[in-house]
Amino acid sequence: MGMTIGEKILARASGKDVVKPGEIITAKVDLCMSNDGTTHLNIDIFENQLKAEKVYNPDKVVFIVDHNVPSESAKTAEVHKKMRIFAQKHQIPFYEGTGVCHQIMIEDFVVPGQLIIAADSHTCSYGGLGAFGTGVGCTDFTSVMHTGEIWLMVPETLKFIIEGKFKPGVYARDLILKIIGDIGANGANYKIMEFGGPAVKDFTIDDRVVLCNMAVEAGAKSGLIAPDETTIEYVTSKGRQDMHLFTSDEDAVYEKIYYYNLDELEPMIAIPHCVDDVVPIKEISEVKINQGFIGSCNNGRIEELRAAAEILRGNKVDPYMKLLISPASKAIYLQALSEGLIDIFVESGAMVLNPNCSVCWGSCQGVIGEGEVLLSTGTRNFKGRAGHPNSSIYLASAATVAASALTGKITDPRGAVQ
Amino acid sequence: MIKLIKGKVWKFGNDVDTDQIIPSQYLLLPTVEEMKQYTFEPLDKDFASTICAGDVIVGGENFGSGSSREQAPLVLKALGVSAVVAKSFARIFFRNAINIGLPVILCKEVYDDVQNQDTLEIDVQRGSIRSVKSGEIFTSTTLPAHVMNILKAGGLIGFLNQK
Repeated sequence: MGMTIGEKILARASGKDVVKPGEIITAKVDLCMSNDGTTHLNIDIFENQLKAEKVYNPDKVVFIVDHNVPSESAKTAEVHKKMRIFAQKHQIPFYEGTGVCHQIMIEDFVVPGQLIIAADSHTCSYGGLGAFGTGVGCTDFTSVMHTGEIWLMVPETLKFIIEGKFKPGVYARDLILKIIGDIGANGANYKIMEFGGPAVKDFTIDDRVVLCNMAVEAGAKSGLIAPDETTIEYVTSKGRQDMHLFTSDEDAVYEKIYYYNLDELEPMIAIPHCVDDVVPIKEISEVKINQGFIGSCNNGRIEELRAAAEILRGNKVDPYMKLLISPASKAIYLQALSEGLIDIFVESGAMVLNPNCSVCWGSCQGVIGEGEVLLSTGTRNFKGRAGHPNSSIYLASAATVAASALTGKITDPRGAVQ
Repeated sequence: MIKLIKGKVWKFGNDVDTDQIIPSQYLLLPTVEEMKQYTFEPLDKDFASTICAGDVIVGGENFGSGSSREQAPLVLKALGVSAVVAKSFARIFFRNAINIGLPVILCKEVYDDVQNQDTLEIDVQRGSIRSVKSGEIFTSTTLPAHVMNILKAGGLIGFLNQK
C-alpha cells in the first residue's frame, strides 16, 4: 500500500519506512518558528517551567516580530524586547518588521520535504513548497525548541483534484474560499488537504501558498502540494539545495477525493462571521464597506498586489471608505516599488502600510468601529477580529477588494479586469 | 490519576473560535492572570466575573477553531474551568488544552441534554459523563494512552520533567 506526500514526510522525520494514519510518532523537526503573538509565553515556559538553558540547535529556530509592528504600546514593546534579548542570547535568527512570518519563512528557509512546526496556525502555508508545516501552541513550540522533537498523530489525507484554468478576475483565493465553503470550517479537521490534478502544474508559488495557507480554516493539520519544476526553480533561486522531493504514490490511500474545475469557478466571498459561509459574489448586492484591506500571509504577495494595481491604476478609492495595503514582506514591498505598484496605490488614495500581519490580526492597525464593515484578503472573518465586537468582516480576493474600494460596496472584479 | 470532575455547565454553540475565547488585543498582556478577565468578552462580558472554579464548558462542533494561541485554553484554566466537553474540537485547541493539563472531552450526545447551570460529573479516564439533573450517563471518547499520560502529568511540561 502506497503513501501520500504527507505520510512520506512524517515517515522520514520519524526515521520509519512506513507510517499509517492514526499512528503516533515522535518526529525530528527540521525548523521551528515563533512570532510575537505568543513568544513572551514561550520564553516564560522555557526559562521558568522547563528551566532549560539551551535551545537544541539555534540554526533550526527562527523568531519573527510581525504581529504588532511597530509596537503600538509600551506593553507590546516589552514583548518585542524580551524576544530580541532571548534571540540574541541564544543566537537565534531574528527578524523584526521585515514581513509576515510565513512569507519570510518561504523566502528564506523552507525546503520541500521538511517538517516544520511553528507557533502560528497558518504554518500550513509551507505545503505550497511541498513541506509539511503545522501550527502549534507555545508549550509544543517550547518543547520543540528545547528537544528538537515532537509527537504527532499521522493524519488521514483528503485529496483535491483540480483541473481547468482560472478565468480573468478569478484567483487561487476564490478556489480556497469555494473549497472551505463546500467542506466546512471543520471539514478537514485533523487531516491533510493535498491539492493536485492537472491544473496545479500551472499554479505559481503564490497560488500554491494561497491554497495551503487557508487549509487550517477548514481545520486541517497541513496543506500540501507535491513539489515540481516550479518548486525546484523557486527554491534553488533562493540558494537552497537539500530537498526531499516526495510525491504521493499511485496507490496511496485517501479518506476522500474531491474534484474542482476552474473553468466553472467564479469570484467568491466569505460573509460574516465564519470562513465557511461562502457564496459567489454575484449573490451579494449593495453591501457598503467602510474599509478594504489587501495583505496578510494569505494574500499580500506580489501577484495579488499586481492584480489590485491593475484595477486601481488611474482610479480613485471611494472617498467615504479607506483602503489599506500591506505587502507581505520587505522583498515584496521592494518589488512593488520597482514595478510602480506603490505609486498606483498611493495615487488612488490607498494607505500603504509596512509589511506585517496588520489588519488581518486586528490588534495593531486599521481596526474598525461599531457597525463598520471590512472587506479583507486576510485569513479570518471571526466576529470582532478586526476591532469592535459588533463589526463585520467579509473575505475575498485582492482584485475583489480593489474593485470594491472604487465603488465603496462589494463589487465583482470581473467588470474591472481585462 | 485524574480526579473526578464535578461542575456547573456553561453552554456555547458551534464554531466557538479562539478570537471569541480571548480577543487578539489582549494576547500580548504580560501574563495570563491579566488576560483572563477578558475571556469570552465578545460573547458574554460577564463570563469572567461570574464563572466559578470547577465549572465546565460545553460546546458544539469545532470548539476552539482558529488561532494557535495557547492563551485560549490558558485563560479558561486560569479562571478555574475544570473541563471542556464538545461535539468536536479544532485540532490545535485540543492539543494545546492537553499540553496545559486542561481536560478536553469529545462527546456528541451530552450537548442536547444539558442546559446552562446543570451539573455534570465527568470521569475522564473511563470516558463517562453523568448529568446530575437528568440522571443520563453518556459515553465520551477516551484519549490514546500517550496523550492520556500527558494529561495525567498535568500537561506536556510536567510530562517532560518526569522523563
